[in-house]
Amino acid sequence: MAKIIGGITSSHIPAVGNAISNNLTQDPYWKRFFDGYGPAKEWLEKAKPDLIIVVYNDHGLNFFLDKVPTFALGCADMYENADEGWGLKPTAPFKGNAPLSWHIAESLIEQEFDICTCQEMKVDHGFVNPIRALYGDHEVWPVPAIPLAVNTVQHPVPTAARCLKLGRALGKALESYPEDLRVVIFGTGGMSHQLQGERAGIIDVEFDLECMDKIATDPEWITQFSNAEIMRRAGTEGIETIMWLVMRGALADDAKVIHKHYHAPISNTGAGVLVLENPDAM
Amino acid sequence: MNWKKHDYDDIPGTYVFDGERAHPSYALNKLLFSFNEDDNRKEFDQDPAAYCDKFNVTGKYKQAVLENDFLGMLRMGANIYFMAKMAVPRGTSVQDAGAAFQGITTAEFQQNLLDKGIGLEEKLKNRGDYWNG
Ligand SMILES: [Fe+2]
Repeated sequence: MAKIIGGITSSHIPAVGNAISNNLTQDPYWKRFFDGYGPAKEWLEKAKPDLIIVVYNDHGLNFFLDKVPTFALGCADMYENADEGWGLKPTAPFKGNAPLSWHIAESLIEQEFDICTCQEMKVDHGFVNPIRALYGDHEVWPVPAIPLAVNTVQHPVPTAARCLKLGRALGKALESYPEDLRVVIFGTGGMSHQLQGERAGIIDVEFDLECMDKIATDPEWITQFSNAEIMRRAGTEGIETIMWLVMRGALADDAKVIHKHYHAPISNTGAGVLVLENPDAM
Repeated sequence: MNWKKHDYDDIPGTYVFDGERAHPSYALNKLLFSFNEDDNRKEFDQDPAAYCDKFNVTGKYKQAVLENDFLGMLRMGANIYFMAKMAVPRGTSVQDAGAAFQGITTAEFQQNLLDKGIGLEEKLKNRGDYWNG
């Protein structure tokens, strides 16, 4: 049986990847942000997952606006990173686990989450940067990974409530996988930020901290908000935080908080690292 | 045929990228998306006007592309992530665009962001359960 050991949240902004590439992680601007990953890395080392599932949104690498799946699951053996238009060197490709992906897809669809299955899926900074922040750069990545993309770019995007339910269905899907496999789920993106319009540059620290506290202990709290309400507080791009709910839903209600770190601003955003561990998982 | 109203329409200074914005700017966003490929970037650089024609980017949209008018593109419905594919290599960052929206300098925009972090460590200390260095 596959077992979900826990979940980690992380920012995924391009600047994080650039800071890693340019060896700036101990630069004064970045130090506190990256140091906050220390306990998460230590926990990951102990947790030793056989596989990670990364919940993220594509920002126009794999998906153009001609087809915008609300939820899309990588169902391939391999996932490649690629040039997003800025000419950066792509990372090493990521090994997947196709049989597990297809099992998840079947289970989700049985549970009425009609997910889009992708046999080819390029993974962008949203997927890559949390892995780089938590594992460092590698020519061969130390852990296989499955991408689960959520549309947070072109509205309508799913509600926080829907993301939480998807997470619960994902949890059931993993529990029903016959092979023994230790899985950690990354919920990425956010937190509050807005990139466009005269309101660009907003960060709502109070809302971010409330989200972190509640997502850890009472995730239903966030389902009271419509996407319009979340954007009003957290900014248009702050809506990405709903992806954390997919991770959270897959974990036990009484998952233990191992680590909580928040930093703002980093680039345009508030950034939160949350490590949650399932009971009896370690 | 009218675009329906949304609860987010009255958020000040905010343009939610929904159907109403994505529909008229589709060709423009498609051109911007094409810049993922280096060959396309080179082809554009050789003859920007012809490249616009190829993508059916016309009128004010074409003019904005030819003039590197990134703010104009965003106002016309370019998606910020797609716009960044063209703007960032040309020296206009997402923060530059944000500053332009407000009519302030990028340095001022960045300072406003930094101000959001004032007192953060104290705030976290008071909450108690946050890692704080
Ligand atoms: Fe993002």
